[in-house]
Amino acid sequence: MERELRDQLLRLLENNSKLSSQDLAVMLGATVEEVANEISVLEQEHVICGYHTLIDWNKINDDVTALVELRVTPQGGDGYQKLAERIKEFPQVVTLYLMSGAYDFLVMVKGKTLKEISLFVSGKLASIHEVQNTTTHFTLTKYKEFGVDFEVEKVDERMVVTP
Amino acid sequence: MKELLSQKILQLKPSGIRKFFDVANEVPGVISLGVGEPDFPTSFHVREAGIQAMQSGKTFYTANSGLKELRKEICIYTEEKIGNRYNPDTEVMVTVGGSEAIDIALRTIMNPGDEIIYIEPSFVSYLPCITMAGGIPVPIELKAENQFRLTKDQLDAAITPRSKALILSYPNNPTGAIMEQHDLEELLEVIQKHNLLVISDEIYSELTYGKKHISIASLPGMRDRTILINGFSKNFAMTGWRLGYALANCEVMEQMNKVHQYAIMCAPTISQYAAIEALRHSSEDVERMKESYNQRRRYLYHELARLKLPCFQPEGAFYIFPDVREFGMSSEEFAVDLLKQEKVAVVPGSAFGDSGEGFIRISYAYSIAELKEALLRIERYIQRKREELA
Repeated sequence: MERELRDQLLRLLENNSKLSSQDLAVMLGATVEEVANEISVLEQEHVICGYHTLIDWNKINDDVTALVELRVTPQGGDGYQKLAERIKEFPQVVTLYLMSGAYDFLVMVKGKTLKEISLFVSGKLASIHEVQNTTTHFTLTKYKEFGVDFEVEKVDERMVVTP
Repeated sequence: MKELLSQKILQLKPSGIRKFFDVANEVPGVISLGVGEPDFPTSFHVREAGIQAMQSGKTFYTANSGLKELRKEICIYTEEKIGNRYNPDTEVMVTVGGSEAIDIALRTIMNPGDEIIYIEPSFVSYLPCITMAGGIPVPIELKAENQFRLTKDQLDAAITPRSKALILSYPNNPTGAIMEQHDLEELLEVIQKHNLLVISDEIYSELTYGKKHISIASLPGMRDRTILINGFSKNFAMTGWRLGYALANCEVMEQMNKVHQYAIMCAPTISQYAAIEALRHSSEDVERMKESYNQRRRYLYHELARLKLPCFQPEGAFYIFPDVREFGMSSEEFAVDLLKQEKVAVVPGSAFGDSGEGFIRISYAYSIAELKEALLRIERYIQRKREELA
């Protein structure tokens, strides 16, 4: 599949992974086989890394999310990589970035309660030898995630019929 | 009261779209495919430029023809797109939407009894604007079998000694038709032989799919006999800002500016600042919108083919124009019945001129999810109708 078409396919799936291969093929002007093949190649190459559903858990339970900044002293040339591999193994860690600026890792952590997260940060993250210090920020309200507005459903403000 | 009013205006038919709007607006839970404007809000950076203009107190009139900076950007953009060079000081005018430019152009060229040839089906304003300007409207009925393009023979047949100008509007609302270079070239001989002016309304110029938009003003000998109209509404998703523009030879523009100056003074200042930003930094946004329209266009065309509704494959704008004559109703009856039974609003083709009778305009300025739901309802409706007719 040519590059431009592949990028379009990825943009469509990024916005709505529920689109069927049939619909995607029609929308892209390609055949169903082409689309299905391309998707499986992209999955194998780990360009498509998974399919997620955006859920506003706040409406369902009282789970807590925190963003934790980690400052570390990495050992050796691939120190960040090694540390990242270790940190991302924790099931509580849902997102992990290496950052530029005042700290090194940004870790998004989920838990049932503030206490659970606090214990995880102090007990598991802060106790890693290379970790110098941690700063934990608890999230209060999620307004937008991955480009999707979590607050209000978009209303079509256009008039019903216009020239 | 009526005896005090203008006969010309009293005799003007109200817009068919307006009439249908009043019906559709009363139906709760309606899914509308009847809208003639983008579903995308104006790009955020353009909105910010508007806010910035307001905050820094850009609240005064501009020059009649618009901010010089904006006129310059319009000329750069136009040259980049169609190759024509216009002088920003004397050959450009910023207007209140493309609609004002149509009105101004017609009023500037018209002498009583002049005939203005225009294509149908087309945007609702041409006929009334011609009439109000004191001209005689001469519609040419375009045919689905010609892909709703204007042919040389059709134009030739419409010419009389009183023919003054031709209005072209491609990419076309409501049909989605375009005119390719060879189609336009065919017309040149007739246009030049009869010394016609051309008013070319190219408000959807960015929205062609697969084929590049060609402006008739860019063809040999046509720059100076064409009043080129464009705007920000459709190409840059800026309908509510009310901003368009006209480009023409300086002799024509000088006169157009007089009409504009006395009628309007100048286009809204805040919008003009936002438009500068739109022209400078929107090429990627425009590409993304176009990509999305194209996906929906393919989807809709595919679905209508599946439903076996005869339909010309549109190549521009964001409309598709299927033929509904098999149901034995006028397009207005069809649209009203579909609205009542399945709560889907489409626009009857007759709203765009008599030759639109038998067709409906479906807009694809909607998300795929909305199109899907609407098509489910349309499918249910036409199946029921076909069973009734069988």
